[in-house]
Amino acid sequence: MTPTPHVHPPSPPGQHRRASFTALYAGMASIIMLFGAFTSAMVVRRGASKDWRGTPAPQLLWVNTAVLAASSVVAERARRHLRNNDRVHFNYWWSGATLLGAGFIAAQGLLWRRLVDAGVYLNSNPGSAFFYIGTVAHALHLFGVWLWMFYLWTKAVRLQLGPSRRTGVDVCTVFWHFLGVLWLYLMFLFIYWGNR
Amino acid sequence: MRTFLSRYLFSTDHKTIGIQYFVLSVLAGFVGLALSVVMRIHLSYPEAKIRLFEILWPNGAPGGVMTPELYLALLTMHGTIMAFFLLTTVPLGGFGNYFLPIQIGAHDMALPRLNMLSFWTTFLSFLVLLAAFFVEGGAPLSGWTAYPPLSAAGPIAGPGQGTGQTLWIVSIAIFCLASLFGSINFITTTLEMRVKGMSLFRMPLTVWAWFITALISLFAFAVLMAAGILLLLDREAGTSFFLPTGLLINDRALPNQGGTPLLWQHLFWFFGHPEVYIAVLPGMGIVSTILANFARKPVFGYKPMVWAMLAIAGLGFIVWGHHMFISGMNPYSSLAFSVLTLTIGVPSAIKTFNWLGTLWGGRIQLTTAMLFSLGFVSVFVTGGLTGIILGQPSLDIYFHDTYFVVGHFHMIMGVASVFAMFAATFYWFPRMFGRMLNEKLGRVHFYITFLGVYGIFIPMHFAGLAGNPRRYADFTQFEFLQDLTILHKFSSHCAFTTAAVQLLFLANLIYSYRRGPLAKDNPWNATTLEWLNKTPDAVHCGAYEYSVPGDTKDFRMQHEEAR
Repeated sequence: MTPTPHVHPPSPPGQHRRASFTALYAGMASIIMLFGAFTSAMVVRRGASKDWRGTPAPQLLWVNTAVLAASSVVAERARRHLRNNDRVHFNYWWSGATLLGAGFIAAQGLLWRRLVDAGVYLNSNPGSAFFYIGTVAHALHLFGVWLWMFYLWTKAVRLQLGPSRRTGVDVCTVFWHFLGVLWLYLMFLFIYWGNR
Repeated sequence: MRTFLSRYLFSTDHKTIGIQYFVLSVLAGFVGLALSVVMRIHLSYPEAKIRLFEILWPNGAPGGVMTPELYLALLTMHGTIMAFFLLTTVPLGGFGNYFLPIQIGAHDMALPRLNMLSFWTTFLSFLVLLAAFFVEGGAPLSGWTAYPPLSAAGPIAGPGQGTGQTLWIVSIAIFCLASLFGSINFITTTLEMRVKGMSLFRMPLTVWAWFITALISLFAFAVLMAAGILLLLDREAGTSFFLPTGLLINDRALPNQGGTPLLWQHLFWFFGHPEVYIAVLPGMGIVSTILANFARKPVFGYKPMVWAMLAIAGLGFIVWGHHMFISGMNPYSSLAFSVLTLTIGVPSAIKTFNWLGTLWGGRIQLTTAMLFSLGFVSVFVTGGLTGIILGQPSLDIYFHDTYFVVGHFHMIMGVASVFAMFAATFYWFPRMFGRMLNEKLGRVHFYITFLGVYGIFIPMHFAGLAGNPRRYADFTQFEFLQDLTILHKFSSHCAFTTAAVQLLFLANLIYSYRRGPLAKDNPWNATTLEWLNKTPDAVHCGAYEYSVPGDTKDFRMQHEEAR
């Protein structure tokens, strides 16, 4: 026996778009809490003992930061082209952002490889441990958003996106910017505060 | 087959997912209950040779007598299953999923696929946790709080501290992920999917409670996840976040250096205290709705009820230190945490006062749902009052880690929430399954459970007053605890009776699902939208318009215009 099903009127216009952004902001809040918890653990752990060592900052780190910043700028340009119904340029710029995003993730792998080669391991000292945890957690989030970015790219090249179908692109881009800002925060934390 | 898969396994329908959560939690609840019965048997009869124990745990109960390690393993699994898979899952995942959308006039949750993912992630988490029973060494010993160094040191710390503890951490990390998915969905649905006219202050208090609970979950589970990752790395990757220098376990020195177990306590309790409200806040919403319905009166002080829940949620995040009064913290910190903790008494008292105000002068109908709601108010007050005692450092130093604490948190977090679940089940079963639960069986279930829980937990307060430590597997070894054996036996026998009567509830569920009398569309003459069979175009009034002067009937549904 199942109860009588509900009958529903159609959703009001714009509801899906608003809901997508609200979900994004809620997701961002939980990510802030996650990294906030890592930060407070880092501060407490540093004060608990005298074994703290800062993490070296290879040049590749700055290159990666530049690539991520560039991907954000390019994604933003793409988003504006889509809003203005310029789908050809949107496709160019979005392809560029997707490529730059992939480049950042690949280069992060290279960065960790170089640190390991230099003898900086996860368990070398608390500074290196938090560096790996923070950057890996960031990369996992970023990779998830990149997969979405890639999916949107597959829709873009089939011209399935347009000014009235751009919520995914908008939300993805804002999320990408957020992860860029989070990266800058992590750089400040590890490179500036961690080496002070 | 395809229909089965899409309808049950991969359903994105909020009602199906709500029922899936409900069934999972009932199953988890009975597993947790069975573990508690086994523990109480051992506490009352520690020397008894019980063949079933030996069959179930050949290494943990050789000759049928439980080892202290097995007792701790059962205690850990009981606490974890109950706290996460019953108290966190039914109120929000079960009832919240089913009723939040239709109470606000939405056709589904805002993100149905994320909703499905959330349930299956929870299910996976439960399986991973249960797997801890079956690996070498068995389930972990470190309690649901998983305090290091015990939880971080690895297999040398005891049976269960190897793979069992690792599975526990992985399970909790997966659960955190599931809860975060669910929270995002609840928040988005509440804010964006309300039907026209459903302003925030027209929402039923159930919706407010689920929304606030989702906010708490969003902030709290992210922190627990971070803590879990650090703990896992201490165990598996050789880091030293929680393990101090020079730690000696079982005559072996650990290589870790510089960590501090207190860091875990801070991170855990930043989650752990709000977790109490994750468990109990939905109950507050449910009970408010049911009291109003069966008193045929509006909720007394609707807006103060909302503000009180927001205040409880906010204060809940800044009181975690009261779990750590004896950790050596600065006395001024203790003072601050104590004052903030006692402040929670104010919004809690507002809620209690308003529940009584709702009942005052009402035309009370003592249905089973109403009885369990009244029971909720009773145990909430009982458990809350002992919270005021434990919130004071000078008293907590004595009571810490005694049975007083066990009695307190079972009352306020466990029993109160479970009573709200029973109330909700009796109230919403007709809407969920189209049939009525048996009221006579329900009343018998209520009265025995109500007396039973007091019989179980009040003696524990007295045992705590006498200094009885918690987590001991056998009290008969200590002379100063000998006199308390009678209290524990009484407690245990009440537990056996109470546990047995839950089978009556299960039988009622199964029988009524198949043979119960068919339910009318709105059997309780309620005002909220879930009792409609269609989503209205708009709502015109608040959620508790009972006994409106001048109306022809004694309730006005939210979609009906004033006459």
